[in-house]
Amino acid sequence: MKMKQVKRNLNPPPTSLQAEFFARILAAWSARLGVAILLFVLVAIVLGPVISPYGVNQMDLTQILGKPSASHPFGCDSMGRDLLTRLLHGGRYSLLLGFAASMFGALIGTFIGCIAGYFGGITESLLMRLMDVWSAIPGMLLCILVSIVMGAGFFPTVLALSIGSVPGGVRMVRGQILVERKKEYIEAAESINCSKMSIMFHHLLPNVIQPMIIITTMGIGSTIIMASALSYIGLGIQPPTPEWGAMLADGRNYIREFPHLITFPGISIALTVISLNLLGDGLRDALDPKMRN
Amino acid sequence: MGKYVIQRVLQMFVIIWIAGFIVFTLMYMMPGDPAKILLGNDATESTILAKRAELGLDASYVEQLASFMYHAFVRFDFGYSWSYGVPVMQELLVRLPRTLFIGVSAMVLNVLLGTWLGVFAATHRGKWQDSLTMVIAMVFISVPDFWLALMCVLFFSINLGWLPAYGIDGPLSYVLPILSSAVAGIAINARQGRSSMLEVIHADFISTARAKGQKESVIVRKHMLPNAMMPIITGVGGGLAMVVAGSPIMESVFSIPGVGAYLLVGINLRDRPIVLACVVFFAVFTSVAILLMDLCYAFLDPRIKAQYAAKKVG
Repeated sequence: MKMKQVKRNLNPPPTSLQAEFFARILAAWSARLGVAILLFVLVAIVLGPVISPYGVNQMDLTQILGKPSASHPFGCDSMGRDLLTRLLHGGRYSLLLGFAASMFGALIGTFIGCIAGYFGGITESLLMRLMDVWSAIPGMLLCILVSIVMGAGFFPTVLALSIGSVPGGVRMVRGQILVERKKEYIEAAESINCSKMSIMFHHLLPNVIQPMIIITTMGIGSTIIMASALSYIGLGIQPPTPEWGAMLADGRNYIREFPHLITFPGISIALTVISLNLLGDGLRDALDPKMRN
Repeated sequence: MGKYVIQRVLQMFVIIWIAGFIVFTLMYMMPGDPAKILLGNDATESTILAKRAELGLDASYVEQLASFMYHAFVRFDFGYSWSYGVPVMQELLVRLPRTLFIGVSAMVLNVLLGTWLGVFAATHRGKWQDSLTMVIAMVFISVPDFWLALMCVLFFSINLGWLPAYGIDGPLSYVLPILSSAVAGIAINARQGRSSMLEVIHADFISTARAKGQKESVIVRKHMLPNAMMPIITGVGGGLAMVVAGSPIMESVFSIPGVGAYLLVGINLRDRPIVLACVVFFAVFTSVAILLMDLCYAFLDPRIKAQYAAKKVG
């Protein structure tokens, strides 16, 4: 025990706040594993499609439903397209969708939450009742509805995926603002006639944003799962764009004879989501030690 | 307490009405002329016009909305399906028990197994049992439930031949859908249960109980568990709503003719009455589930009950 203490003190002190912050995130082995997997996935989806000898929609009619082999390590799909190449391409869409939708949802939630919390009164009541209605329709369902109304494509899908996370974010930010706005520095800012916008986004926001960052990071994984579920039932990103969920839906038809068509896309989703969730846990522990056990 | 219940129920009705209005508006904005989609490409102008009149589509938005709100919320009638011509409500009632059975069973599993695993991990804190449980929980949170369902079909139905892969021919058909709907919830509750157990593990009342020489098993069951259960109980309403809202995907994996599958049929056929009926059902279900859980919570937690008692006196 004593040895350990001495050893820790000998470590050079962190050079900056950022360095200390990253050291704290990476303190747990699980977070390091998460970062490692995420880096692996990122390198694979960035470099993979460039290195691959096959085009993403290149069909090989002799290889229809081909089982994994030396030339096609993950086999081929029902149209003779190389599964690995399509998986790597699909990863770009899945990760981008997950990040974009989580960020977008957080942005809208924070904005509405700030306004509701700071203005109070009738504005707050109206906005919060709107959130009650909003959350009466379950997130997945809202996502399906918005997706059929807005149609396919990247931005409509981002909107559909982010819309369910808004009420939760609004409630959290508002709760934080209600606590924070009573403090002296806000009173000080008000007394020197700062504009409402400036107080909300310049003074209040930095002090309430931390839990939002945690929740948003932890939500990226489930957003990716939601995106794949959406394209599994034929909405969202449309074929021939490779999307992991759509590839699962295609593989479902051949589950008896060609299980590799559903195994590999599923493993890809699971790996990506695990890495993001591990990282999210690490971030939560680093930013909010109270939540750690 | 009575006043609180009435207030919450009224609030719920208003929320459901507004949700119905929003969903109708969304469906109204859906691209494409439903009459044209129903009749196919070779329909003439006059048959399309006739179909539009028959479906009531030539009325204005306000008229259509008023008619929908009146029929749906006053007479509980969602009209006839545009593509099948059968009353939507009748079909919904046939499908309802299947979806509810899967949802409720999955939720019961979530709470029982999840809590048990959380307590198990917390009481073995720092040992390998704890780490193993938490690693498995992390994996099951991160795996898409519909993919897990596909893998279960592959393993239990196709490779082992123990359970049916799809359809509903008897009680065995429900095993896989219930299991795969429950797994993610079990993992979430296990993590939640563990962390709320650990929150109270150093509380003064636990130390007191230990100092009095109480048996460890009694401390866990009587002193720690009620506190650990509270966040899980709070989550039951929302969790149930989530399982049921996930039913379109689960039911499409297992080809179960439930409400979720009906919604997908409605979406694919652009059949507005079907979609509206299913979404209103989901909204009502969510609101009622969350309301019931909130009320249960108020009754179960002595602290909240005390608040109401205090208000009455003051």
